[in-house]
Amino acid sequence: MNRAIPYLLLLALFLLSQVVYADANANLEVNTPAIASVKQSMQDRHAQLVTYYEGGAVGFTKDGLLALRDASVVPLAQRQAVNALISAENQDRNVLYREIARANNHPEWENNIRTTFGQRWIKLAKAGWWYQAANGSWAKK
Amino acid sequence: MRKFLLYTNLSVLFGMFLSACVTINIYFPAAAAEKAADKIIGEVWQLEETEE
Repeated sequence: MNRAIPYLLLLALFLLSQVVYADANANLEVNTPAIASVKQSMQDRHAQLVTYYEGGAVGFTKDGLLALRDASVVPLAQRQAVNALISAENQDRNVLYREIARANNHPEWENNIRTTFGQRWIKLAKAGWWYQAANGSWAKK
Repeated sequence: MRKFLLYTNLSVLFGMFLSACVTINIYFPAAAAEKAADKIIGEVWQLEETEE
Protein backbone atom coordinates (compact mmCIF):
# COMPACT_ATOMS: atom_id res chain seq x y z
CA MET A 1 0.00 0.00 0.00
CA ASN A 2 2.75 2.43 1.02
CA ARG A 3 4.55 1.78 -2.23
CA ALA A 4 1.78 3.55 -4.07
CA ILE A 5 2.39 6.88 -2.36
CA PRO A 6 5.38 8.00 -4.49
CA TYR A 7 3.37 7.32 -7.62
CA LEU A 8 0.40 9.29 -6.40
CA LEU A 9 2.73 12.13 -5.40
CA LEU A 10 4.31 12.07 -8.84
CA LEU A 11 0.88 12.20 -10.44
CA ALA A 12 -0.16 15.15 -8.29
CA LEU A 13 3.03 17.05 -9.17
CA PHE A 14 2.60 16.33 -12.84
CA LEU A 15 -0.99 17.57 -12.86
CA LEU A 16 0.05 20.71 -10.98
CA SER A 17 2.77 21.45 -13.53
CA GLN A 18 0.19 21.19 -16.31
CA VAL A 19 -2.02 23.76 -14.60
CA VAL A 20 0.91 26.18 -14.30
CA TYR A 21 1.78 25.62 -17.94
CA ALA A 22 -1.78 26.31 -19.08
CA ASP A 23 -1.80 29.53 -17.07
CA ALA A 24 1.36 30.77 -18.77
CA ASN A 25 -0.51 30.35 -22.04
CA ALA A 26 -3.19 32.87 -21.13
CA ASN A 27 -1.56 35.51 -23.34
CA LEU A 28 -0.78 35.33 -27.03
CA GLU A 29 2.81 35.93 -28.08
CA VAL A 30 2.90 39.19 -30.06
CA ASN A 31 6.49 40.33 -29.44
CA THR A 32 8.48 39.08 -32.38
CA PRO A 33 10.66 41.15 -34.74
CA ALA A 34 8.30 40.41 -37.67
CA ILE A 35 5.24 41.62 -35.76
CA ALA A 36 7.07 44.70 -34.48
CA SER A 37 8.17 45.74 -37.95
CA VAL A 38 4.74 45.30 -39.54
CA LYS A 39 3.18 47.19 -36.62
CA GLN A 40 5.60 50.08 -37.14
CA SER A 41 4.82 50.25 -40.84
CA MET A 42 1.06 50.28 -40.12
CA GLN A 43 1.52 52.97 -37.50
CA ASP A 44 3.39 55.17 -40.00
CA ARG A 45 0.68 54.64 -42.60
CA HIS A 46 -2.19 55.43 -40.23
CA ALA A 47 -1.65 59.19 -40.40
CA GLN A 48 -2.32 59.08 -44.13
CA LEU A 49 -5.26 56.68 -43.91
CA VAL A 50 -7.12 58.48 -41.14
CA THR A 51 -8.28 61.25 -43.53
CA TYR A 52 -9.92 58.64 -45.72
CA TYR A 53 -11.53 56.87 -42.76
CA GLU A 54 -13.07 60.19 -41.72
CA GLY A 55 -14.13 61.09 -45.25
CA GLY A 56 -15.80 57.71 -45.73
CA ALA A 57 -13.68 56.76 -48.72
CA VAL A 58 -12.15 53.80 -46.91
CA GLY A 59 -13.99 51.37 -44.66
CA PHE A 60 -13.21 48.34 -42.52
CA THR A 61 -14.25 44.99 -43.86
CA LYS A 62 -15.55 42.26 -41.60
CA ASP A 63 -12.52 40.10 -42.39
CA GLY A 64 -10.05 42.51 -40.83
CA LEU A 65 -8.98 44.41 -43.95
CA LEU A 66 -9.63 47.76 -45.63
CA ALA A 67 -11.70 48.41 -48.73
CA LEU A 68 -12.44 51.38 -50.94
CA ARG A 69 -16.00 52.10 -49.89
CA ASP A 70 -16.78 55.20 -51.92
CA ALA A 71 -14.33 56.36 -54.56
CA SER A 72 -16.49 59.36 -55.43
CA VAL A 73 -15.44 61.26 -52.28
CA VAL A 74 -11.78 61.06 -53.31
CA PRO A 75 -10.51 63.63 -55.82
CA LEU A 76 -9.50 61.94 -59.03
CA ALA A 77 -5.86 62.86 -58.57
CA GLN A 78 -5.73 61.04 -55.21
CA ARG A 79 -7.51 57.83 -56.16
CA GLN A 80 -4.41 55.96 -57.17
CA ALA A 81 -2.69 56.96 -53.95
CA VAL A 82 -5.67 55.73 -51.89
CA ASN A 83 -5.69 52.40 -53.67
CA ALA A 84 -1.97 52.02 -53.07
CA LEU A 85 -2.45 52.83 -49.38
CA ILE A 86 -5.24 50.27 -49.05
CA SER A 87 -3.30 47.56 -50.76
CA ALA A 88 -0.15 48.21 -48.72
CA GLU A 89 -2.18 48.24 -45.50
CA ASN A 90 -3.97 45.02 -46.39
CA GLN A 91 -0.67 43.36 -47.17
CA ASP A 92 0.65 44.37 -43.76
CA ARG A 93 -2.52 43.21 -42.02
CA ASN A 94 -2.33 39.81 -43.67
CA VAL A 95 1.29 39.49 -42.57
CA LEU A 96 0.30 40.56 -39.05
CA TYR A 97 -2.40 37.89 -38.72
CA ARG A 98 -0.16 35.21 -40.14
CA GLU A 99 2.79 36.17 -37.95
CA ILE A 100 0.75 36.17 -34.74
CA ALA A 101 -0.54 32.69 -35.56
CA ARG A 102 2.98 31.49 -36.32
CA ALA A 103 4.51 33.14 -33.25
CA ASN A 104 2.11 31.06 -31.16
CA ASN A 105 2.94 27.84 -33.00
CA HIS A 106 -0.57 27.57 -34.40
CA PRO A 107 -0.49 28.66 -38.05
CA GLU A 108 -4.03 27.27 -38.35
CA TRP A 109 -5.24 30.06 -36.04
CA GLU A 110 -4.65 32.69 -38.73
CA ASN A 111 -8.31 32.92 -39.69
CA ASN A 112 -9.51 33.09 -36.09
CA ILE A 113 -7.03 35.89 -35.47
CA ARG A 114 -8.21 37.69 -38.60
CA THR A 115 -11.83 37.45 -37.44
CA THR A 116 -10.96 38.68 -33.96
CA PHE A 117 -9.04 41.64 -35.39
CA GLY A 118 -11.88 42.34 -37.79
CA GLN A 119 -14.24 42.74 -34.86
CA ARG A 120 -11.80 44.80 -32.77
CA TRP A 121 -10.80 47.27 -35.52
CA ILE A 122 -14.50 48.04 -35.92
CA LYS A 123 -15.16 48.13 -32.20
CA LEU A 124 -12.31 50.59 -31.61
CA ALA A 125 -13.02 52.69 -34.71
CA LYS A 126 -13.96 56.31 -34.06
CA ALA A 127 -17.44 57.73 -34.63
CA GLY A 128 -17.97 58.62 -38.27
CA TRP A 129 -15.75 55.84 -39.65
CA TRP A 130 -17.31 53.25 -41.93
CA TYR A 131 -17.37 49.50 -41.51
CA GLN A 132 -18.87 46.47 -43.13
CA ALA A 133 -21.69 44.87 -41.17
CA ALA A 134 -22.11 41.10 -40.89
CA ASN A 135 -24.44 41.07 -43.93
CA GLY A 136 -21.84 42.88 -46.05
CA SER A 137 -23.53 46.30 -46.16
CA TRP A 138 -21.65 49.46 -45.12
CA ALA A 139 -22.54 51.21 -41.90
CA LYS A 140 -21.28 54.34 -40.17
CA LYS A 141 -20.18 54.26 -36.57
CA MET B 1 -0.24 -6.13 -3.57
CA ARG B 2 1.16 -6.71 -7.05
CA LYS B 3 -2.21 -6.12 -8.58
CA PHE B 4 -2.56 -2.88 -6.66
CA LEU B 5 0.79 -1.69 -7.93
CA LEU B 6 -0.25 -2.45 -11.48
CA TYR B 7 -3.42 -0.42 -11.07
CA THR B 8 -1.43 2.46 -9.61
CA ASN B 9 0.95 2.40 -12.53
CA LEU B 10 -1.91 2.34 -14.96
CA SER B 11 -3.68 5.21 -13.25
CA VAL B 12 -0.47 7.28 -13.32
CA LEU B 13 -0.13 6.65 -17.03
CA PHE B 14 -3.76 7.46 -17.61
CA GLY B 15 -3.41 10.67 -15.61
CA MET B 16 -0.41 11.69 -17.69
CA PHE B 17 -2.33 10.93 -20.85
CA LEU B 18 -5.30 13.02 -19.75
CA SER B 19 -3.22 16.02 -18.72
CA ALA B 20 -1.24 15.80 -21.97
CA CYS B 21 -4.53 16.13 -23.80
CA VAL B 22 -5.25 19.31 -21.89
CA THR B 23 -1.78 20.72 -22.55
CA ILE B 24 -2.06 20.47 -26.33
CA ASN B 25 -4.04 23.62 -26.65
CA ILE B 26 -6.16 22.94 -29.71
CA TYR B 27 -8.84 25.46 -28.90
CA PHE B 28 -8.40 29.02 -30.11
CA PRO B 29 -7.95 31.32 -27.07
CA ALA B 30 -10.52 33.93 -28.08
CA ALA B 31 -10.16 36.13 -24.99
CA ALA B 32 -6.36 36.25 -25.27
CA ALA B 33 -6.63 37.06 -28.98
CA GLU B 34 -9.00 39.93 -28.27
CA LYS B 35 -6.61 41.31 -25.69
CA ALA B 36 -3.69 41.03 -28.10
CA ALA B 37 -5.73 42.67 -30.88
CA ASP B 38 -6.69 45.61 -28.66
CA LYS B 39 -3.07 46.11 -27.67
CA ILE B 40 -1.83 46.12 -31.25
CA ILE B 41 -4.66 48.31 -32.53
CA GLY B 42 -4.00 50.73 -29.68
CA GLU B 43 -0.37 50.98 -30.78
CA VAL B 44 -1.10 51.32 -34.49
CA TRP B 45 -3.78 53.95 -33.96
CA GLN B 46 -1.92 55.46 -31.00
CA LEU B 47 -5.03 55.43 -28.83
CA GLU B 48 -4.90 56.55 -25.23
CA GLU B 49 -5.25 53.74 -22.69
CA THR B 50 -8.57 55.10 -21.51
CA GLU B 51 -10.02 55.57 -24.96
CA GLU B 52 -12.49 53.02 -26.30
